[in-house]
Amino acid sequence: MRTSHRVMAAAFLATAMVASASACGRGFDDTPEQQSGPADLEVLIGSSGQAETDAVQQAAAEWAAATGNKATVIPAQDLAQQLGQAFAGSNPPDVFYVEAGRFADYAKAGALLPYGSEIEDANDFYQSLRDTFTFDGQLYCIPKDFSTIAMQINTDLWAQAGLTEDDVPTTWEELRSVAERLKAAGITPIVIGDTRDRIGAFMVQAGGWIVSKDGTQATGDSPENLQALEFVKGLIADGLAVYPRDIDTGWGGEAFGKQLAAITFEGNWIKGALQNDFPDVKYTVHEMPAGPKGKGTLSFTVCWGISAKTQYREQAIDFVRHMVSAEQQIKFTEAFGVMPSRSSLRDQYLAKFPADEAFIAGAEYAQGPVKAPKMDSVLADFDAGLQQLATTDPKTLLENLQKNTEAALAG
Amino acid sequence: MVLTSEAPPQQREPAPRWRRRRSGLNRPERIAGWLFVAPVIVLLTIFLLVPILMALWVSFTSWNGQGSPLRADVPFAGLDNYARLFARDGLTRQDFMTSIRNNLYYVLLVVPLQTVLALALALAVNQRLLKAKSFFRTAFYFPSITSSVAITVVFMFLFANSGAVNGVLAWFGIKGPNWFSDPRGLLHIILDAVGLVDIDNPPAVLANNELLGLSWWQWLSGPSVALCAIICLVVWTTSGTFMLMFLAALQNIPVELEEASLIDGATRWQYLRKVMLPMLKPTMFLVITLGLIGTWQVFDQVYVASKGNPAKTTLTPAYLSFRTAFLDLNFGTGAAIAFVLFAIIIVMTLIQRWVMRDRDVQRSRWFRFRRARSV
Repeated sequence: MRTSHRVMAAAFLATAMVASASACGRGFDDTPEQQSGPADLEVLIGSSGQAETDAVQQAAAEWAAATGNKATVIPAQDLAQQLGQAFAGSNPPDVFYVEAGRFADYAKAGALLPYGSEIEDANDFYQSLRDTFTFDGQLYCIPKDFSTIAMQINTDLWAQAGLTEDDVPTTWEELRSVAERLKAAGITPIVIGDTRDRIGAFMVQAGGWIVSKDGTQATGDSPENLQALEFVKGLIADGLAVYPRDIDTGWGGEAFGKQLAAITFEGNWIKGALQNDFPDVKYTVHEMPAGPKGKGTLSFTVCWGISAKTQYREQAIDFVRHMVSAEQQIKFTEAFGVMPSRSSLRDQYLAKFPADEAFIAGAEYAQGPVKAPKMDSVLADFDAGLQQLATTDPKTLLENLQKNTEAALAG
Repeated sequence: MVLTSEAPPQQREPAPRWRRRRSGLNRPERIAGWLFVAPVIVLLTIFLLVPILMALWVSFTSWNGQGSPLRADVPFAGLDNYARLFARDGLTRQDFMTSIRNNLYYVLLVVPLQTVLALALALAVNQRLLKAKSFFRTAFYFPSITSSVAITVVFMFLFANSGAVNGVLAWFGIKGPNWFSDPRGLLHIILDAVGLVDIDNPPAVLANNELLGLSWWQWLSGPSVALCAIICLVVWTTSGTFMLMFLAALQNIPVELEEASLIDGATRWQYLRKVMLPMLKPTMFLVITLGLIGTWQVFDQVYVASKGNPAKTTLTPAYLSFRTAFLDLNFGTGAAIAFVLFAIIIVMTLIQRWVMRDRDVQRSRWFRFRRARSV
């Protein structure tokens, strides 16, 4: 009697397992069947806010109306997580934003369709941005726009400390000396984000970076990087620089907007944030101060990825072509303040936004994000170290970074 | 409880009758029974058993999250993912051990605190003299039915640098820490304050010797200030649920017992320790078990409040498993972390069962023996 129960239970289990396994097995082929004719594209974007969502949705609607296709734009709550789940569930959106830092992981996993060669005027996009999205010699996706880090100065606090236009620092030494003067006037001089995405700019200025130019060698533990971290640590130790959390804010822009510090280093997204939340703050934007090895900053970019599993390749490529067209990029620029990724639009953009010269200038010498698979947890660990920079030996930090990067790059 | 109290009479009954009763179920009834439970079995199998087995399989592969993990070309990794967590020196092991350390301190603080608090609250609202009893019961239980995300967000405001907690501390002239951004360990701070060690310059014997990728100094950090904020949050949230369990058990204790013990000359404290606590033992077991399981699985609060920051001191295995799998696309290692966590919970629960096992039988025999000798 008992055996028959067991047999029944086992039968249940076996059927259920086979059923679910075969259900999972369907649709996993490597070359999805292509469908011609009107497509129904699902587009997942990691939007910076309502303005961006609206602009992308409108652009998608225009494309859909002009071509007779359908495109549904969905803003993600957490892009990386939602994409990870979608890939695992084997039902990814057709078109989606790809953050530069995640690009190599996705490309290596075979999640992306390398469509760069099908975009006729791909050479118009900035070389450094195309490099960011090239993997194994193939351009996988087209950068939608980009941003760089620059230096923002609060003009009121600046004047309060008796500083003038001529005092805007262009080197590390000048940065330190104006910070000392601000501090003497009772003003918190600098607020800097506690991540490699800000402090890394100083590493670039010192001539260092986390990986070599081609992204195959770990170069974290270099004297240049050490020099940069020691400079930043010195600023913190002397009370000349603080992290946003130390003054109860979430990021540099918030601290700067609340006028808690006179200088911050943020990207062009700070324009929109200040305009929305702190419209009364008066500030100017300048290029990052140069380090021992000259100018340096960081660039951030996102590309239009197309899923390797999409049934509508041609239509998806056509969609991206429309989204990165010169005409459309100008519209996006006006709608949510990003910088166009086409070098041919540079002058047109500067004519419209002359105050952004410092951001655009950074494009020439900016360092892109680390591009290698499995590097995300390594960089997160480095960030955790930077959060404790005030009490940690920079040498130890960099040694850990070096060790972990080597391990990640090796396998 | 019901089962154990009913078991002895059944055992004493003659065996044939027991057998007759079982076979009293005839075939159609048996089939009907299976039909009734079939929906649940199917649902549990599809949504629980199969995913768990698939996850177990994934933990033995280096599946990258593309397509089905059951395909033939998914690389089989054997015990590699587990080796990475325990044996191989690297970032994965370091992160995993950090998360284990954090969670260990978390469990050590949360489980006793929430149990004691829940018991105290239950005793308070069980007082016959207390007025507005139902108000207090509702108030104490309220955190448990509120969404953990909402509570976490409120606590982030409370524990902000210029938040309410630091405001209250300021009345007493204490400058509160930057709660959610302070990675310093509590033990480190205490040892530093009493002058045993220097927090910025740890003793070499602790800093230079390591165990499983973390130095002894790191193991001995204690919960970070940020983790303490989360501990406060969780204790406050969960003690309401456990209060309810204690309350139910307290109301099951017959009033006669209390009266009898008081007539026998027991003080309130003796009554509490010698009569009430032994009566509450099954509930205590339940509360501690649920507490242990819940605390090892802490996720929402970390996900909302800190994402493992500052400096990984609020990283927990559950959150690390999620991050490794879905953000780093390292599904094999993520699944392996989940199964190690599963094993930890099972072992902890078994240990706790063993510690709290019923020793009355042995002891009463011992007492009888002693009494017999003294006579």
